[in-house]
Amino acid sequence: MQRIGVFVCHCGTNIAATVDVKAVAKAMEKEPGVVFSTDYTYMCSEAGQTLVQDSIKKYGLTGVVICSCSPHMHELTFQKAIAKAGLNPYMLEIANIREQCSWVTKDIKVATEKAIVLARAAVAKVVLNSPLTSGTTQVTKRALVIGGGIAGMQTALDIAEAGFKVDLVEKNPSIGGKMAQLDKTFPTLDCASCIVTPKMVDVGQNENIRILSYSEVAEVSGFVGNFDVKIKRKARYVDEDKCTGCGACTEKCPMKKIPNEFNHNLNNRSCIYIPFAQAVPKVATIDPRYCLMLNKGKCGICSKVCQAGAINYKAKDEYIEEKYGAIVVATGYEQIKVDKYDEYAYSQSPDVVTSLEYERLMNAAGPTNGHLLRPSDGKEPKKIVWIQCVGSRETCDPTKGPARGKPYCSKVCCMYTAKQAILTKDHYPDTDLYVFYIDVRTPGKNFDEFYRRAVEQYNVHYIKGQVGKVTPENGKLMVQGSDLLLGEQVHIEADMVVLSAAIEPSPTARPLATMLTTQMDTNDFFTEAHPKLRPVESATAGIFLSGMCQGPKDIPETVAQASAAAAKVIGLLCKKELTNNACVAHPNEMMCNGCSQCQGVCPYGAITYVEKEFRMPDRTTKVRRVAQVNEAVCQGCGACTVTCPSGAMDLRGFSNQEIMAEVDAICQ
Amino acid sequence: MVYSYFPGCTLKNKAKDLDAYGRAAAKALGAELEEIPEWQCCGGVYPLSHDEIAIKLSSVRALASARDAGHDLVTICSACHNVIKRVNDDMANDEYVSTRANNYLKADGIEYHGETRVIHFLELLRDDIGYDKVKAAVKNPLKGQKIGAYYGCLLLRPSQVMAMDNAENPTIIEDLIKAVGATPVVYAQRNECCGAYLTMEDSSVPEKRVKSILENAKANGADTVVTACPLCYYNLKKHSEGTGVTVRYFTEVLAEALGVKEEM
Repeated sequence: MQRIGVFVCHCGTNIAATVDVKAVAKAMEKEPGVVFSTDYTYMCSEAGQTLVQDSIKKYGLTGVVICSCSPHMHELTFQKAIAKAGLNPYMLEIANIREQCSWVTKDIKVATEKAIVLARAAVAKVVLNSPLTSGTTQVTKRALVIGGGIAGMQTALDIAEAGFKVDLVEKNPSIGGKMAQLDKTFPTLDCASCIVTPKMVDVGQNENIRILSYSEVAEVSGFVGNFDVKIKRKARYVDEDKCTGCGACTEKCPMKKIPNEFNHNLNNRSCIYIPFAQAVPKVATIDPRYCLMLNKGKCGICSKVCQAGAINYKAKDEYIEEKYGAIVVATGYEQIKVDKYDEYAYSQSPDVVTSLEYERLMNAAGPTNGHLLRPSDGKEPKKIVWIQCVGSRETCDPTKGPARGKPYCSKVCCMYTAKQAILTKDHYPDTDLYVFYIDVRTPGKNFDEFYRRAVEQYNVHYIKGQVGKVTPENGKLMVQGSDLLLGEQVHIEADMVVLSAAIEPSPTARPLATMLTTQMDTNDFFTEAHPKLRPVESATAGIFLSGMCQGPKDIPETVAQASAAAAKVIGLLCKKELTNNACVAHPNEMMCNGCSQCQGVCPYGAITYVEKEFRMPDRTTKVRRVAQVNEAVCQGCGACTVTCPSGAMDLRGFSNQEIMAEVDAICQ
Repeated sequence: MVYSYFPGCTLKNKAKDLDAYGRAAAKALGAELEEIPEWQCCGGVYPLSHDEIAIKLSSVRALASARDAGHDLVTICSACHNVIKRVNDDMANDEYVSTRANNYLKADGIEYHGETRVIHFLELLRDDIGYDKVKAAVKNPLKGQKIGAYYGCLLLRPSQVMAMDNAENPTIIEDLIKAVGATPVVYAQRNECCGAYLTMEDSSVPEKRVKSILENAKANGADTVVTACPLCYYNLKKHSEGTGVTVRYFTEVLAEALGVKEEM
């Protein structure tokens, strides 16, 4: 006979203000099996846990029900607590009377009624619970980092420093990401290249890191500690091991009019190319879309000039398969396409540029060698207007069709705009600069001071208000906006307009999230396991988040998060073995008819079939085919239990009998 | 094709031409505009306060009338179109507005939930008839005429509700100008405000606006601008002197090209 204790938590006023906790505790006293029932202010506190432990000893409890917050929050806390008092941790049930009860109504009567029903269901289930023990699995001591920008590089370096092997997958020919394209960084104005390229070299030279550039993740299976990943290595038509990066091929290539992605298409590159001088790995790549040899079978010049014999026109995409203990997502961001914003004339004038394009125009390694020249006529602009929040902080009525922009603040634009303005003024003191803003947001160390410098020391004109229209006319850009502080229309005859376009997650993120079975929010940013307490872990065990893929953030924050993700990975890889989920499926072999349906639905490949000999009642033996669950692989999702036609498959901790008892208790 | 037609007050008075040329052109193109019986003023301006229901009722009556006739509802006046289309959207999507409006209209035995398709005459030409058919029906191609489209603000905005064309970079009138054999002139100010009702309070505002619009059209080579809005027409015409630009309704230009202008 089970002896159950019920503990009702007030959660301060979170629960007690809406649920009559004393009435709940009292109602539970009458439930079958309950020998003790009480309430307390904070059950999760030290004192609350002690109360539970003491009661277990005092009343000889065999099972415990805690009526409190979501099990996501504190199931583990209480499992540990009752384990310390000598109970099996699975002899615990949580009745969630906060998130799904007290928080969703102000009506004390109905909330109390629902709390009692939920508590009763938990009691009905815990009576049927049986002690469970977990198995263990080994951990593969190798990590996969997806994305070779500053986030991915930092994570890879930190994991490698701890002595673990890391594979760094990057879809582009070189690692470096967006940071390698920036000119200088706020608020210190140190050159982005000067700090990111040494890091790229460190990554390239680290013995524990293998760079898989020009590659993409194709398939992921497995689970924490034991992921199986298939990686597509796109054919670059150049042997990475032989290529010395001399660049002779890029000079001789006859196809020289290919838009240069690294410079945001502001100039051209050759068809066989090295994206930029400091690229890592510094090897050439043939762009198969334009190569004459690949498309028409004529040319072959790069092959002729290559001293190393690295060119291979017959190369094919290759797939490699590898096992990993942990995966870090660092897929970064893109700026949104601004051609939906016709009022800013981006597609009508080359002198309207995005902030990242402006970054390349300022960069000494950019298309203009760092001279600020208008794309249209190559003249120095005298008057430049920045428009903030292009596509950021945009609200829309969802009944009126899809939004143009994003509802969130892109976070970095205010600061990089101040930086771009200061740098422009530094190089060209006689320029006249205007910034149209909704709010200037500068929370961060030395950030507001930096912005004030732009306003006070550099005389950048900040105008609170939005631009309504940009019109190209006679080689100028007529900017029409409103100054909300003066309450006036402003007309500016500008030479250039810079759009601080919103940031969005990389388009590669969503398919990846599907492969990894991780969650994303409505904006396609990866969702962290807990917004405050587990910011670098995804809700899927063994998948970690680093950088902009989780939300807009600047370089220092990205690096901090990258190192935090690395610390989590190291913590995981250090473990000798992982404790498995004890709530796994198990077949009742006497009932199993060998139909294989469970095998088909199992997403983890945990179910196999074996031929087994059974003794029949008449003492003969019979060989039957029955299901077998690999408990190390089973994640306890329960798909097999609902599929099984004969009801042979059951889930430990969530057995059919236990669930039905809960339902019965609720429907009483 | 038979359409329910909502002319609006201005088209019965100041803007008779806009109406008459439009009807003549429609007839020539085989579209029948059947005037809604006993229609009332659309309300004039779409009310921006969410709880102003009474002003929307006359539009709802017209919309329900078109639905009961089984027709799409056509308007020509930009302002009427703006009000009626937005009220229609409210009736379909805004439960607060539609519940209250329907409560008012119960007495008339009307219940309406945004079922009617509301189109501007330009959309009728482009989508239902097709500009290629318009082109084929042209008897007097307006060769050599350089015409700028003047959209104003109401015809295309708010773009998600009006859903007629790209509000910042429209082509619907330019394509019509091409169909009638003239050369469209694209200029920056074509979808800016003309000053609208400020003409009553401080006519210097529309004067300044119109000068800027017409000078911009002229600088880009336009000798004529066409509009679909009686108020824009009024303001543009009033201040067009000395700009060298003629202001006309788009229906007049269309009727001329179709050879039905003289018949009237």
